[in-house]
Amino acid sequence: MAQTSSWSLSGALKGMFTKPTIDETTWEDLEYALLTADFGPDVTEAVIDDLHAKVDRYRTTDPRDLQRMLRESIEERLSKYDTTLKLSERPAVVLVVGVNGVGKTTTIGKFSKFLGTYGRSVVVGAADTFRAAAVDQLATWAERGGAQIVRPQQHGQDPASVAFQTVDFAKRNGIEIVLIDTAGRLQTKGGLMDELSKIRRVVEKQAPIAEVLLVLDATTGQNGLAQAEAFIEHAGVTGLVLTKLDGSAKGGFVLAVQEKTGIPIKLVGQGEGIHDLTGFTPHVFAQKLVG
Amino acid sequence: MATFGNLSDRLSETFKNLRKKGSLSASDVDGTVREIRRALLDADVALDVVKEFTGKVRERALSDEVNKALNPAQQVVQIVNDELVAILGGQQRRLEFAKNPPTVIMLAGLQGAGKTTLAGKLSKWLAKDGHTPLLVAADLQRPNAVTQLTVVAEQAGVAIYAPEPGNGVGDPVRVAKDSIAYAKTKQYDTVIVDTAGRLGVDAELMKQASNIRKAINPDEVLFVIDAMIGQDAVKTAQAFQEGVDFTGVVLSKLDGDARGGAALSVASVTGRPIIFASTGEGLDDFEPFHPDRMASRILDLGDILTLIEQAQSAFDEEEALAMAEKFSTDSFTLDDFLKQMQQLRNMGSIKKMMGMLPGMGQMKQQLDSFDEREIVRTEAIIQSMTLAERQNSKLLNGSRRLRIARGSGSTVTEVNALVNRFEQAAKMMKTVAKGGVPQIPGMGPIPGARSGGSKKQQPKKKGSKSGNPAKRATENAALAAGTKSGADLAPGGSGFGLGGAAGSAAPTEEELASLQKFLGR
Repeated sequence: MAQTSSWSLSGALKGMFTKPTIDETTWEDLEYALLTADFGPDVTEAVIDDLHAKVDRYRTTDPRDLQRMLRESIEERLSKYDTTLKLSERPAVVLVVGVNGVGKTTTIGKFSKFLGTYGRSVVVGAADTFRAAAVDQLATWAERGGAQIVRPQQHGQDPASVAFQTVDFAKRNGIEIVLIDTAGRLQTKGGLMDELSKIRRVVEKQAPIAEVLLVLDATTGQNGLAQAEAFIEHAGVTGLVLTKLDGSAKGGFVLAVQEKTGIPIKLVGQGEGIHDLTGFTPHVFAQKLVG
Repeated sequence: MATFGNLSDRLSETFKNLRKKGSLSASDVDGTVREIRRALLDADVALDVVKEFTGKVRERALSDEVNKALNPAQQVVQIVNDELVAILGGQQRRLEFAKNPPTVIMLAGLQGAGKTTLAGKLSKWLAKDGHTPLLVAADLQRPNAVTQLTVVAEQAGVAIYAPEPGNGVGDPVRVAKDSIAYAKTKQYDTVIVDTAGRLGVDAELMKQASNIRKAINPDEVLFVIDAMIGQDAVKTAQAFQEGVDFTGVVLSKLDGDARGGAALSVASVTGRPIIFASTGEGLDDFEPFHPDRMASRILDLGDILTLIEQAQSAFDEEEALAMAEKFSTDSFTLDDFLKQMQQLRNMGSIKKMMGMLPGMGQMKQQLDSFDEREIVRTEAIIQSMTLAERQNSKLLNGSRRLRIARGSGSTVTEVNALVNRFEQAAKMMKTVAKGGVPQIPGMGPIPGARSGGSKKQQPKKKGSKSGNPAKRATENAALAAGTKSGADLAPGGSGFGLGGAAGSAAPTEEELASLQKFLGR
């Protein structure tokens, strides 16, 4: 958390909010800051129009007001949807999906620790049977997070069957939360996306799926939207996890993702440590983003 | 995003009302530049780069070269394309090997960029070229990265040096250093050092990377970057340039639908060339980077050259010669048609191929719903014909068609559609074979080649490139007819059912024709 300031917009915005009045360059600076934070041309335009209207309405010329309005505007957009995780079923099955290399396995490790601190028993299912050594990577994380793990019985086993066995294991042993790791897949691969639907179908035969979390990398650009749309269609995503926020990327594209799809952000990951995962609070996020 | 269509379509739209005007005004150009700016931002090109870029384009677009062009929209796209290629490095660069082996290659990048997978691909590629690569597991950070590299090395069939178990144990600098000595004694001629993923802002880890670099003095330092990365590409690339001073860039995950504007940002900010592109999860999905093709991709112009290359490598040359012979002697039969289709399937996923065609960006959804089993159905229909029927499609009268439809589990409409398609294809091939112009799409300047024509044709962009207006007209007509006949006969429901297949088969046949021609010479 020591480096949170680095992903904030405050650096880019500092100059403009310390000026005495709002002028044309303020707007240009604001546009620049939003675009470089990956908000994308559409959301940037919408946010700026919105702020323009507000500034006109309240007849303010103080950039500090603008900063406050920007923060409120972002917070308002983010808090439109319910960001709480719903894990009330027993067992509560959570499917973790995403493209390659966004941090699904790491997120699961951190998430199991996160749940463990609330006194929940957790089992993770290593349904990423594709990537080399993914199962071992998950096992290490599970150990760190104090969770049990269900491994595939043989090399290249069908991921859906691993998922099935994991839920089965949880039911037999009375474990409260099931986290299922899936292989990373690009949203353009139809066959792999169908596999995801299959995992979902198979798991649902045993227990209802509580949450499907789509992991998105904060460094992703406008392609994040395409990813979200495809995963929503095939996996029925119910929440987003934004990872790698400890870098210099700001993940502005999630605003567009949330707005276009109506799926809320539920967790944020900010580092490689086991504790670097927190629930998502719009207020805090907006605060950090705008500074 | 796809909803906006591709840039050239958008520009055409902007210019639509200007056709009657003799020249472009500054405000017309500004509108265009705004579109370009938006397209580039949508493609995740960094804002600073976009600004500089649009400035240049604006200047050139206002100059005479556009005003004199017949189709200003296309001319502007051409300018944009040229400028993109210029920034992306103009031409390919190859890996540089050391005079005294071993050649040391170091990989660096963010977490999840695909370094470990790339290490495997690179080693396999080098091994195929007769090198003896050694993979070095210097990612001791991520849980079981060492295990992953071991598995990857095994799949690629290359040696690995992994003295430390990883998971936070061991000193990567030491491992990297020792590996060089190890490679020397064991006579490996290339050493590929896989390092841990790190964030640009993590000073400590960047220091470690720079220490590794100092310790092994690599001949190439490859910066692996995800094609999906957004505006952060610039900062990350700069941080890595300062930290490890990479000599080349590898763009990974290009098989997704990200436009990969990051490539442009990185190349323009750091001035380092992009050497490789990584395009899939298999160890063979790896190719040298082509700046010109990337430019087209960023603009959503499609990747015809790659398509043609794939086609070329999949075609058996002898068979191609025999086929070319057939075209010219006018004995192209349904059997050949079937054989070609089967060959097409060898070329890999048709979806993938179609995705490379220009203008298909906006057809992604239809593409997704396009069923490759359509080809299997076509096969079934052809195989339900007697040998005589296959040799001579004119034999096919009503009752024969009914029998074929029953035999293949299809309907007469479908059989009719297939026969029509075949006849179109055969006709087209004859034209080509008899000294017609080889219509290799994308050979000429892509944008200029569009016969400025009707909106209908644009998504396919398959217009003839013949210099002779009369020939162009007839060939275009043949094309249009080919697509249309398929669409008309499509059984209701999805526009990409059989009709879609027909639409796609017709141009492919045409392409085949040109390919055969190409190979035959």
